[in-house]
Amino acid sequence: MTRWLDSMAILLALLGLWYLAWWQAGDSAITPPVQTLKFALYLLGNADFWPHVWATLLAFIYALAISAVLGITLGLVLGLHRFSGEVFEPILASFYTIPKVTLYPLMLLIFGLGLSAKVAFGVIHGMIPVTLFTLAAVKNIPGVLTRTARAMRLSPRETALHVLMPAVLPEIISGLRIGFALTFLGVLIGEMFASQRGLGFLIINGINQHDVARTTAVIVIVVTAAVLANGALLKLDRHARHEV
Amino acid sequence: MRGVAFTRLGVIAAFIALLEALCRFGIVKPLTLVAPSRMVSTLIDLIRAGDVGDDAARTAIEVGGAFVLSVLLGVLLGAVIHAIARLRQAVAPVLVSWYAVPSFVFYPLFIALLGLSEAPLIAIGAFSAAPAMVVATISGLDRVPRVLRRVALVHRMGFWETLRFITLPSALPSLFTGVKLAFAYAFIGVIAGEFILSGGGLGYAIAYAYESFETAKMYALMLLVLGVGVAVNAGLHLWEGRLLRQRQR
Repeated sequence: MTRWLDSMAILLALLGLWYLAWWQAGDSAITPPVQTLKFALYLLGNADFWPHVWATLLAFIYALAISAVLGITLGLVLGLHRFSGEVFEPILASFYTIPKVTLYPLMLLIFGLGLSAKVAFGVIHGMIPVTLFTLAAVKNIPGVLTRTARAMRLSPRETALHVLMPAVLPEIISGLRIGFALTFLGVLIGEMFASQRGLGFLIINGINQHDVARTTAVIVIVVTAAVLANGALLKLDRHARHEV
Repeated sequence: MRGVAFTRLGVIAAFIALLEALCRFGIVKPLTLVAPSRMVSTLIDLIRAGDVGDDAARTAIEVGGAFVLSVLLGVLLGAVIHAIARLRQAVAPVLVSWYAVPSFVFYPLFIALLGLSEAPLIAIGAFSAAPAMVVATISGLDRVPRVLRRVALVHRMGFWETLRFITLPSALPSLFTGVKLAFAYAFIGVIAGEFILSGGGLGYAIAYAYESFETAKMYALMLLVLGVGVAVNAGLHLWEGRLLRQRQR
């Protein structure tokens, strides 16, 4: 009960900040909560809005699939082969910390405008955390687990299925959660520059045309979707950790 | 260990050589990518001609401001949240979902609030960096062993003494992770903000060079941004290693 009350208090505090920002900046920068919510509902009920959602979703699904497959594969390879892991981990870590927006002209020049540039943008943002988490998970498998597997004379397949996979899964899920968020961010940034469709395009277009109501509503929809998806993945994450 | 470092250098050198070869032999068109050697020479020319000084100074002020602000704010908020268990439980969901939100979407709002100057860029940088510092501070304070807190009580240490001899040494590794992340996020936030909407700074200069088809200049500036980012991160990494070694002695 107190927890529920506290969550409500936090939500109210955030709404209060929102009102404060509106009161300070005025209608030319942001619309207040109720009006925004109404406009967001209007957008969600509008047939013109959904093609943008599907465009973003399509690019996001492609990018996430590529990030996940490439990231996990690369992480497994680098984690199992210790020497390459030590060679490449700092390179990947420093790539993670540089502003990848600067690479957008390069992405556009390679992929052109459109879906593939958006996907590429999502992948360069989302793949690295998945790789780094997988790498760390494989590297940190406790020696006692592999020794136990050997002592019990498990076959390689059994070892992989019953020992190694459960050991690395929680970390990989954490990596995927962060990769999920960053891929989404990457796709949105890609849409802001490299597209005529999608939610990122709606945001940048709204900014350029000073359509404050639309921009605020789309931002609220994007943020809500991101927070909800993150919450669901967090549940999965905790579930996986409890099972081990 | 040295073998690893040498191999890493070799990999990077091979990658640069590959780019150089691709450009030199015309496999990649010069409009798409310029050779690394030309990026370096263009960058040197730009610096000599004084063409990057203003933008670089502006970006440095913004990133520096955002970084310092986020570290101070993060430590302060982290300490407060750590001290109040109920507050901690309540804000936990906000902290974990912070990075799921693409923070640059709030940039127009900061411009409206703070005007079109360095201030909104500092704000967006701090906005995206501070939560990492908050989380790092909380987990650092969690790592102070209870027995050491009791030692501080037994010795009747004051606030500053406790901070210096008990809290900081235990919390340091986690705090430093926070500092490194705060720099990275502040840097990313500021450059992204300059890209999207700004009248100055390195991010803006890159976008401008791209739009006016000055490919060589664009790549030279990209090299500068990436180089500075990697250099500062490496510097922080070395400093961290030294601090942690000192602690062990």
